[in-house]
Amino acid sequence: MTPRPSEWGPPFRFKPEDLESLFVVLHEQAYKIIGPTVNDDAIVLGELNSTADLPVGWTDEQSGGSYRLARHSRPEFFHFASGPHSLKQYLHPPSVCLWTASRNGHGFEIMEKVQEAGKLAFVGVRACDLHALAILDKVFKAGPLPDSSYALRRSQLLVIAVNCTSPGGTCFCESMKCGPQVDEGFDLVLTEIEDEGRHFFVGQAGSESGRTIAAKIPQEEASSTDLERVETMLNDARTRMGRRLDTSDLKKQLYRSYDHPRWEETAERCLNCGNCTMVCPTCFCNTMEDVTDLSGVRAERWRKWDSCFTTDFSYIHGGSIRSSAKSRYRQWLIHKLATWVDQFGTFGCVGCGRCITWCPVGIDLTEETAAILESNSTSTPGMK
Amino acid sequence: MPSTRRPKLAVWKFASCDGCQLSLLDCEDELLQVAEVIEIANFPEASRAVVRGPYDLSLVEGSITTPHDAERIHKVRRASKFLVTIGACATSGGIQALRNFADVNQYIPLVYASPETIQVLNKSTPIADHVFVDFQLRGCPINKRQLVEVLSAFLNGRKPNTPPHSVCIECKRQGTVCVMGNAGAHCLGPVTQAGCGALCPSYRRSCYGCFGPKETPNTHSLSQWWSSHGMMNADICRAYRGFNAYAEAFRRESEAREK
Ligand code: SF4
Ligand code: SF4
Ligand code: SF4
Repeated sequence: MTPRPSEWGPPFRFKPEDLESLFVVLHEQAYKIIGPTVNDDAIVLGELNSTADLPVGWTDEQSGGSYRLARHSRPEFFHFASGPHSLKQYLHPPSVCLWTASRNGHGFEIMEKVQEAGKLAFVGVRACDLHALAILDKVFKAGPLPDSSYALRRSQLLVIAVNCTSPGGTCFCESMKCGPQVDEGFDLVLTEIEDEGRHFFVGQAGSESGRTIAAKIPQEEASSTDLERVETMLNDARTRMGRRLDTSDLKKQLYRSYDHPRWEETAERCLNCGNCTMVCPTCFCNTMEDVTDLSGVRAERWRKWDSCFTTDFSYIHGGSIRSSAKSRYRQWLIHKLATWVDQFGTFGCVGCGRCITWCPVGIDLTEETAAILESNSTSTPGMK
Repeated sequence: MPSTRRPKLAVWKFASCDGCQLSLLDCEDELLQVAEVIEIANFPEASRAVVRGPYDLSLVEGSITTPHDAERIHKVRRASKFLVTIGACATSGGIQALRNFADVNQYIPLVYASPETIQVLNKSTPIADHVFVDFQLRGCPINKRQLVEVLSAFLNGRKPNTPPHSVCIECKRQGTVCVMGNAGAHCLGPVTQAGCGALCPSYRRSCYGCFGPKETPNTHSLSQWWSSHGMMNADICRAYRGFNAYAEAFRRESEAREK
C-alpha cells in the first residue's frame, strides 16, 4: 500500500471467520452496527447482528435504470457496489421534527426537540461514500452555523471501511478521485481477498479507536505479498469502472454550457421525479414543513429531504423560478459538477453511480456531461 | 382561531363509493377533536341530522354523472364559503370516468333492466369542471392524515402541506427499494402525486396512480421507457386507465397509446 500517515496502524491480516470478533467488539462497545444486508431484492443498509447478516455470496448487476441482485459463486462478504441507501439516511435523516411550539396566553413557547443519536458503527463503507461523508461534513458542520443534530450524530460515528474491488456498472469513483481505494476518514479499513481458494482480510487502523478495535481481532502481520495483492486488486478495480467522466476542464466547460441544446433533449426524458437527488449521498437539500394541530394550540416544525426537481423548491414570491424540466435538470447537474466547486471546494459528485442506477428512465450524468463537453469543444468559443 | 363560533362543516356526496367520506370517520383518534372545533352540520354517513347552510367548509366527494347532480353541485357551491373536493372521483372523474372513453348509451342496456329510466350524462367529470373549487385533495381513497392536515390548515388559516411532487420522493424518504429499477415493475410513482406514503412500493408493488398526475408530469417519457423495455401499447394504455383515467395527463397518455 502507498505510504500512510503516522496515526495509521501497521497492516495486518486475518481470517474471514475472525470478522465476527470485530462485530463482538463493536457490540461490547455499545455500537449499533449498520452495514450491507440483503432485503427486498437489493443490498441495502440495515442493522447487523452478526456477520451472518452480511450479503455473503451476493452481488449486484447495475446499469442505467436497473439494479439486479445476483448470486455470486465465491464466499465473499463484500463483493458488490453501492446499493440504494447511503450514510445520508442516518446522518441526515429524511424527516426530523426540529421543534414544537405551544400557545401560552397571547404568545407561544418553543421547545427544541432533542435529537436521539446513538453510537453507530458503519461497516463496509466504500471510498465513494467516505468522500460523500466528507462533503456532508463541509455542508453541515463547517462554517459559523453548524447543524447541531448532524454534528451530534457525526460525533458518535465509527467507520469500518472496505476497499472496493468490485466496482459496478454505473461506478466512476476513479474519475472523481474518490475511490476505489479508501484514503481518509476511516477508523479501520479492510480489503477482502479471495483467490485460488485463499480467503482473508488485510486490515489497517486509521485512528486511535480503530487501533483499539483492531487489536481485538486475532491476526498476524501482513506480508509484503499481501500488500502487493491489495495494490493489484485496487489497480484492477480502477480499470473496471462501468462509467467514466473527464473532469479536467469540467467546471469551466459547464459554465459555458448554459444554452446548450442538450439540456432540452434531456428534459424530454427527465421525469423530474427527484429520485437522483434522493439517492445521491451528497444531495443535502431539505424543506421545512410547519404543521398545526386541529385546535391550533400546538405546532411542529419538520425538516424533510427535498429535491431541486420539484417546482416548490424554487418557489419564491409569486411562482417557481425553475418551472421547466430543463432548468431543473441543468441546475442539478451544474451544481453537482461545477457550482459546488465554488461553493464547497470539491465536486458534489463522488462517482457512486446511484443516480444512474436508480433513475427510473436511466438518465446518466456521465453521458449527459460527455455530450455537452464534446459539442462544447467543437462549437464557437463565444457561446455562453 | 379568529372567532369562537365553531365553523360549520358539510360533507356532500356525488357519484362515488363513500370511501373518502369514510376516511373522515376513520380518523378515530382525531374525530373527537374535530367535533370539538367544527360543527358537523351535514354528514349523511355519520348522522341524519342536517343543519341548514350556509356552510363554512364543504367537503365534496364524487363526480358529476347525471343532469340532476350537475344542478345540485351549483347549490352546494352557493351554500359553501370554502369548497374542498376530496378523492379521485371529485378531482378527476373517478374510476367511473372509464366510460368517458366509450359510448355510455351502449352500456346502459347491458347493465340496467329498464334502460329508459336511466338518465346520465355522457361523461363522468370532476367537480372543478362545474364550479369553482377552493382546494383539491387527491387520492383513491384520500389519505386520512392528509384530510386532518387540510382541516387543520383550514381552521388555522394556513396552506395545507400536500406537496404536488412525485410519489418517488415519499418512497425514497422511507428508504423503500424502488420496484421499477430493482424489479423492472411498471410503477406510476414518477408521474403520480405523493400523499399515500408510497404504500404500494413499500409492499413491493408498483404505484397504481391513485393520487393522479403530479406537477409537470412527463408521462410520455415514462411510457417510452416502458415500451423500449417490451411493454405493449395496450398495457401502457391500461396502466393509465385507473382511478384517475380522466385526469388530463393520464388521459392524453392513454389515448396516445390506444391506437
Ligand atoms: S434524472 Fe432521472 S431520477 Fe433524476 S429527476 Fe430526471 S428522471 Fe428522475
Ligand atoms: S451525482 Fe450521482 S454518481 Fe454523483 S455522487 Fe450523486 S448519486 Fe453518486
Ligand atoms: S417504486 Fe415507484 S414510486 Fe417508488 S421510487 Fe420507484 S418508481 Fe418511484
